[in-house]
Amino acid sequence: MSQAITPPPATPAPVSVVDDRLSEVGFVTKLLRRPELGALLGALAVGIFFAVTAESFRTLSGMANWTDVASTLGIMAVVVALLMIGGEFDLSAGAMTGTSGLLLGLLTTEWGLSMWPGIVLTVAFAAAIGFTNGYMVMKTKLPSFIVTLATFFILQGVNLGFTKAITGTVRVAGLADVPGANSAEILFSSTFWEPHNFRISLIWWIAITIAATWVLSRTRLGNWIFAVGGDANAARNVGVPVQRVKILLFTITSTAAALVGIMIALRLGSIQAGQGIGEEFTYIIAAVVGGCLLTGGYGSAVGASIGALIVGMAFIGIQFSGWNTDWRFLFLGVILLMAVLVNNLVRSSAEGARR
Amino acid sequence: MSVQAGEERGATTNGATPLLEVRGVSKYFGNVIALKDVSCSVGAGQVTCVLGDNGAGKSTFIKILSGVHQHSEGEYLVEGEKVRFTSPRDARDRGIATVFQDLATVPLMSLWRNFFLGSEPTVGAGPLRRIDVKRAKRIMHEEMAKMGIDVRDADQPVGTLSGGERQAVSIARAVYFGAKVLILDEPTSALGVKQSGVVLKYIVQARERGLGVIFITHNPHHAFPVGDRFVVLNRGRLLGAWERDQISRDDLVQTMAGGTELDQLTQEIEQQIKRPAAPA
Repeated sequence: MSQAITPPPATPAPVSVVDDRLSEVGFVTKLLRRPELGALLGALAVGIFFAVTAESFRTLSGMANWTDVASTLGIMAVVVALLMIGGEFDLSAGAMTGTSGLLLGLLTTEWGLSMWPGIVLTVAFAAAIGFTNGYMVMKTKLPSFIVTLATFFILQGVNLGFTKAITGTVRVAGLADVPGANSAEILFSSTFWEPHNFRISLIWWIAITIAATWVLSRTRLGNWIFAVGGDANAARNVGVPVQRVKILLFTITSTAAALVGIMIALRLGSIQAGQGIGEEFTYIIAAVVGGCLLTGGYGSAVGASIGALIVGMAFIGIQFSGWNTDWRFLFLGVILLMAVLVNNLVRSSAEGARR
Repeated sequence: MSVQAGEERGATTNGATPLLEVRGVSKYFGNVIALKDVSCSVGAGQVTCVLGDNGAGKSTFIKILSGVHQHSEGEYLVEGEKVRFTSPRDARDRGIATVFQDLATVPLMSLWRNFFLGSEPTVGAGPLRRIDVKRAKRIMHEEMAKMGIDVRDADQPVGTLSGGERQAVSIARAVYFGAKVLILDEPTSALGVKQSGVVLKYIVQARERGLGVIFITHNPHHAFPVGDRFVVLNRGRLLGAWERDQISRDDLVQTMAGGTELDQLTQEIEQQIKRPAAPA
């Protein structure tokens, strides 16, 4: 890579024309510098592949199907991507969607709350769990991988244990009959565009992706998220509140998990105790496919969304093509491996030339 | 060659109040004496080089100056006023900026983001409050140009710059955010010969812009061309302090290396080496 900075001899360079300097960066270089480029090409390839193999995949109703899968996944992938850019993991994010849905179900069907107070309490509880995750990681200075792995198992146990103890089964049902359920359903689980029936979660997903992109690229918080993940010491040295930023990211992640849990619970009117278990890895895969580095400091929200779209297309595409759905795990593994290899190249070129 | 401590370093050469001055500063960690009775000063438009071998007390000294540690004895004055910093932020607010060797920039972030990290200029209010990217990039271009660097691409990741250029980004940033005194912690130690030269040029530029520079190094060859004053530490104590016209490069190297110790060492080595027969 050519050096873009050249110390000229003796006299300081004149402060002049910025434009001719900017134009020297080639279009290709700019494109390659985008973290989501690889994911975009991958999404095109996967989309075209399934459009060829399965006829129903090409239709609008088919699209409503795969965007539905991608949307709840995508909401989580975006917040998990923010957390990963900030240099941390949350393995409890999947189980947290189940915990939130179950809590909302128990609050409303067993303990007599109506829907909206139940939702408020559920979101507050989830935020508290996320804050605790972040606080523990910051105070113990342990890897977030291990701390949230513990949270994951605790939540998994609580989900199954409480649900069985209280309802006698492994599911909580009857949310549709709770007062206030109708208005909540409009916001969280309705459909639009008859007769294809796109899910409202698609709108949430797009809105959250736009908001996250705005935060990352245009706000101080976004700058700080990149910095705490890229080099926490350097960030601290210039006055970035590293701990507060990271704790906030953990809190956002679990709050988004509550949103997804509520969506799922309201959509089906019931929720399983095992909901969300294992999905934490799918979120991370989507984020990594979207260009997030596992080591932090680099990535994008749009990329994570494209990653989620790839996963959504593959899950539904495999089903529509009439293949056994177990193949989706093979697919996830392969795209993850490919993405990690591509990201490695990106990192070495971005961090290269260190002398 | 005079090796004497603690005289006539209270004032700068022109008699003005120095920007930064320490008088008889000591630092104890329990019963370990890390630094004992060290004095030095720097005025506007001057470079004071603090030299010393490993374990000489350079890093303790820099940590006191930058506010990481507090001195146990002695006085620390900024523009003639006694201070006692409790944090690096404290020191920075008084215009004392420290550029640490490797903890200054985030490699994966772009130049302009690094430049303003932690102090981003914003426009708008409420949820629309956002970084003023255009202004940030423009200021970064201007400030780098003042250091004699023509930045072509503000979006270039800092990690793709050479070590010397990254030091320049840190220095330019410190200057822009109001530093009066720059403390540079071994800025050349990890660099090659050419890159070291580039950093030395930045030091001279900062001096010409009226800053006081404290340049910490273990390399007298880097210190000599840029320094106005040389302070040599050895085993936590002040070995000596000289104005530029009071010492030659050779004397500085000798003092740095422990004078007679080095002579002895050279002789021992020469005795041990059996000169190989000249190649055919």
